[in-house]
Parts: sequence; structure tokens; C-alpha cells
Amino acid sequence: MACLHSPGDLEKRRNELAARRAAGTPCVSVCAGAGCVASGAAEVIAAFRAELAAAGLAAEIDVKGTGCPGFCERGPVVVLYPEETCYLQVKPEDVPEIVARTLRGKEVVERLVYRDPATGELAVREGDIPFYKHQERLLLGVNIRLDPKSLDDYLALGGYAALAKALFEMTPQAVLDEIKKSNLRGRGGGGFPAGRKWEGSRDAPGDPKYVIVNADEGDPGAFMDRALLEGNPHSILEGLIIGGYTVGAHEGYIYVRQEYPLAVENINLAIRQAEEHGLLGQNILGSGFDFTVTVHQGAGAFVCGESTALMTALEGRAGEPRPKYIRSNLKGLWDRPSVLNNVETWANVPLIINRGADWFTRYGTPGSKGTKIFSLVGKITNTGLVEVPMGMTLRDIVYTIGGGIPGGKAFKAVQTGGPSGGLTSSPRPGR
Amino acid sequence: MGNDRIDEIIQKHHGEASALIQILLEIQSEEHWLPREALERVSEKLGVPMARIQHVATFYKAFSLVPKGRHAVHVCMGTACHVRGAQRVLDTVQDVTGVGPGETDLDLKFSVETVNCVGCCALGPVVEINKKTFGKMTPAETADVLKSYE
Ligand SMILES: Cc1cc2nc3c(=O)[nH]c(=O)nc-3n(C[C@H](O)[C@H](O)[C@H](O)COP(=O)(O)O)c2cc1C
Ligand code: SF4
Ligand code: FES
Repeated sequence: MACLHSPGDLEKRRNELAARRAAGTPCVSVCAGAGCVASGAAEVIAAFRAELAAAGLAAEIDVKGTGCPGFCERGPVVVLYPEETCYLQVKPEDVPEIVARTLRGKEVVERLVYRDPATGELAVREGDIPFYKHQERLLLGVNIRLDPKSLDDYLALGGYAALAKALFEMTPQAVLDEIKKSNLRGRGGGGFPAGRKWEGSRDAPGDPKYVIVNADEGDPGAFMDRALLEGNPHSILEGLIIGGYTVGAHEGYIYVRQEYPLAVENINLAIRQAEEHGLLGQNILGSGFDFTVTVHQGAGAFVCGESTALMTALEGRAGEPRPKYIRSNLKGLWDRPSVLNNVETWANVPLIINRGADWFTRYGTPGSKGTKIFSLVGKITNTGLVEVPMGMTLRDIVYTIGGGIPGGKAFKAVQTGGPSGGLTSSPRPGR
Repeated sequence: MGNDRIDEIIQKHHGEASALIQILLEIQSEEHWLPREALERVSEKLGVPMARIQHVATFYKAFSLVPKGRHAVHVCMGTACHVRGAQRVLDTVQDVTGVGPGETDLDLKFSVETVNCVGCCALGPVVEINKKTFGKMTPAETADVLKSYE
């Protein structure tokens, strides 16, 4: 694939991909997220490839390993397109039957389908599974549709359209206005409005400026940033480049915790691909805007998730927090204005630019817009990642999506926001 | 680890002092610890004082200033793993390896650590051996897996 020199090149490339993957083309998506790999997803993918090759279908049916859609507990998760048939806890031994009966015979292997424990009803399509049905998966929904190692997959789903729009149809001020209007708030815990943070850095004196992704995700039990970074690395990159354009930064950093080697691998690959295709580096898409990104792997220290400690670590020093009276968006990395946002915050940026703040603010509450990804773990029937509109009650999350407490046991307590968050113990959590 | 290899790693990071942590991570991952001679070479090449390197090497959990075993066993004791029986898994790890958290056996075979989250809570209890994740572990499975390592 050639270097893309203009938004026109990008659209042409996208159209070519769309023509090649006309709607209705069959495809096997196997989640290759950390959870599913631990449950044997690699073996399932290999089994599909071998079985399709033996059946002479390898050229017609694509098999891809994708990012995590959230239902890790029932992994390995397999979704068959175009029907969107979803099979759970698939083993390599199941694969010949899936190929023969579902891919060739177009019938459903009921044993692998989600069965509602209460009603016994089957949910064949991914979207019909109650765990997913009550979610609003603006970010996580695409994970199962794309191979995180394929730029083409991201482009086919509309990737980098937001970047082209920002660079060619919007001034940095217009992008900033849109982000402010969306009322996007930081997803890393503090909830600070992203637009205001960006504006502070843009207006602060000092050059160069930096934009930074916080992928330290140190809270035990949390793996939403991991799913985004591993599963859709280009979306984080696209958000970061747009952020750089907006505040006038030409360098970005991605700080990834040491425990996430696959995230490091996928984001590094995404950076290389974007550079090769003119989406990163000098003169992006012919716009005249230059931007480079460096990945920094953490070395294990919970405190490094804190913004000033993270910046000290990026400088190659022991990551101890600095006094708070210095605002890091004004005086951060190397004492320069630095915008630090959480992975999920960055992931929302291309969505907002593509579809507009008015669309984004349709989700959530008056004070908090959009969706939030939670990791639902512990003694609960359905564990995994869930993405819901801001303001959904804990009760709905625990009971409607999570399926309640196993064995009909009484609800005791739910911990929110990691160890620095709170513990709610009302028997019927309101929110 | 010879100086040639260390120089190669430093070269890869363009000899920049800000890449100190990334350079130490690579040495740690190849040697399983940070030998003093290696740190001295890094100090000399990057022009970073030994005192600062030692501060960095002791601050971050990923680094060790003493030799480590060939296999790094991480038992997750995070909330979700804890409520699903991580303690029994840890007990088994201790029985099989003969060492507890933070320790390395005399043959330098296993180093055991407890961690607070490896990021796949839906699969708790989780054990990681050399970065490979094993989920939904029972004590018996834990023992079997450990025995499969040479
Ligand atoms: C001890 C401590 C640990 C933190 N860990 C994280 C973390 O793992 N990930 C994260 O995004 N923010 C973390 N934060 C919050 C960051 O300091 C910072 O506010 C955040 O990354 C800003 O991004 P946002 O505005 O997009 O949320 C932590 C804060 C503290 C005090
Ligand atoms: S591995 Fe999973 S269960 Fe264990 S602490 Fe981490 S997130 Fe929680
Ligand atoms: S890792 Fe496969 S569903 Fe989460």
C-alpha cells in the first residue's frame, strides 16, 4: 500500500478496500485479546486456518484475530460474519463442526451459543446477548471487527477520516471548540474537562509542547485501557495526532505499563504503519503538519499513573510526583506545556470529530457526556468489560448487564474506581 | 552480558539519557537482573551518574539488583483474583517452588512475586509465568503447570 499524500488518496484507498470487502463477505473473527489468548484463542485461530485450507475455503473466508470485545470470561469468543453469529468458549475441537455446519451449512451450533440462564433462551447474534444488549458500545463495539495489526481494517471502518477532517476542514480552534462543546471529561479518574486542559496548554508560552497518553492503568481489576490499546491502537494514535494539531504539539508520548507487552507491540506496529502511509511523521497527508510519537514502557510503580510522576518517568528518572502547585498542562514534560490524557479519553476524540459534539452529547447525563468503560469483575455472573452511557446506575450494571450475583446470593458490596475509589455496600445500589 | 550487547541496546535508543529506563528494561529482560558491571557501562555511555541509575533501579519494581530465576512466576493477588481463591494458588506455588513472594530458589529456577493485577481479572485466579497468562487456576493445575518448566 502506497503512501497517502492527500485526503483524496485516503478516501480512494478506503473505497478500494470497501470494494474488495463488499458487504456480505464471510469472515471469522476470533478474539485474540489477552483474556481469550489465556483461554486458548491462538489454537482456535490456527484450527480455523487449517480447517478452511483443508476445505478449500481459505481464499473466500478471512480469519482474523481481533481485540477484546469485553466478554473475556466466556472466551475464546468467535463471531462469524455476515450473520454475526456469536460462539462462546470455543475450543479447537469445535472448529471442524463450525466450518461444516455454520460456514457451509448456514446452521447454528446451538451448544456454543449464549443461553440465558434464567429463561433458557438462545442469543445467536452478538448484539442479542443480554450482556451486550444493554450496553452502548461506541468504543468497544468495533474491537471484534478489526485485526489490531491491520491498518487496512481500521481504514475500512472509517479510520483516520477524523484526522483528515481536522487537518483539512477545521482550524485548531475549531477542533478545540468541538471538544469543548462535547464536554468530554477525562476518563482517568479526575474527570477534568479535556477541552479546558487542551486550551491551557495551547495558550501557555513555551515550545515545544507535548501530548501524552496515560496507559499506566494501575488500578487492580481494571483492563479497559488495555483492551483499547491492544484492540484498536490506531484509534488512540488518531486521537493523539488530532490533539497535537489542536494544541500545537509535534511530539507525542504513549506511556504503557510494563505488564502490557501486547499493547506495546501493537501500538509500536501501528506507529510504524501510520508512518509508512503518511499518517504520521512529516507533512501528514500533505497538510504540512508534522507529528511523531514515542512509546515509553513503564517499569512497575503504581504512582507512575499520576500525571507528574509519569512525566518524570518519561524523562528517564525515578517517577516521584512533583508538587501539585505546578500545573502540568502549563509546565509538564521537560517543563514544557504538556497535555496528558487517559487512553479512553483519547479514544473518544476521533468519534467526536467524525460525528460532532451534538451527536456525542446525546449520550450520558447533563454533567458527564458519552460512555464509560467499566471492568466488571469479582463475584458476579457475567464478568468482563462493559461500556455504558455515563450515569447508568450501578444497579443496572450489576444486575441487568452483569446478571447479578452467582447462585442468587445477596449483593454485598461493590468497589468502584479502584483502590482510590469508594466501596458501596447498599443492598440495592442506586448508583 | 558483554559490553558489545549493552552498547547495541544503548545505540538503539540513540544514546539518550531519557531512554535510561527503556535501556535498563532491555538488560533486565535479557539477564533477569541488572549486574553492577552493566550499570557501570550504561552510566559511562549515557553520562548519567551511578547514584541516579541506582535510584532508578531501586525505585521501579521491574528491576532487580540481585540475580533472578530463569522463570518469573507472578501470582495475581488483586481484588478479583483474591475473591476467587488466589491465596490457595499462591500456597501451591510456594509448595512446588519452595520459595515465597520476593524470593528465588538456590538453583535460580523460579523467582516468585505477587502482583496486584495483570489485567485479565475476568479469568481470576491468574498466574503469569514468563509473561504467559494462565487463567482460572486451581491449585492442582498450578502444580502441573509449574512442573512443566525445566
Ligand atoms: C496515584 C495515582 C495513580 C493514577 N493512575 C492513573 C492511571 O493508571 N491511568 C490514568 O489514566 N490516570 C491515572 N491517574 C490520574 C492521572 O494523574 C491524570 O489525572 C489522568 O491521566 C489525566 O487524564 P484524563 O484527564 O484523561 O483522565 C492517577 C492519579 C494518581 C494520583
Ligand atoms: S489479574 Fe485480574 S483479577 Fe487479578 S487483580 Fe488483575 S485484574 Fe484483578
Ligand atoms: S479477551 Fe477476548 S473477550 Fe476479552
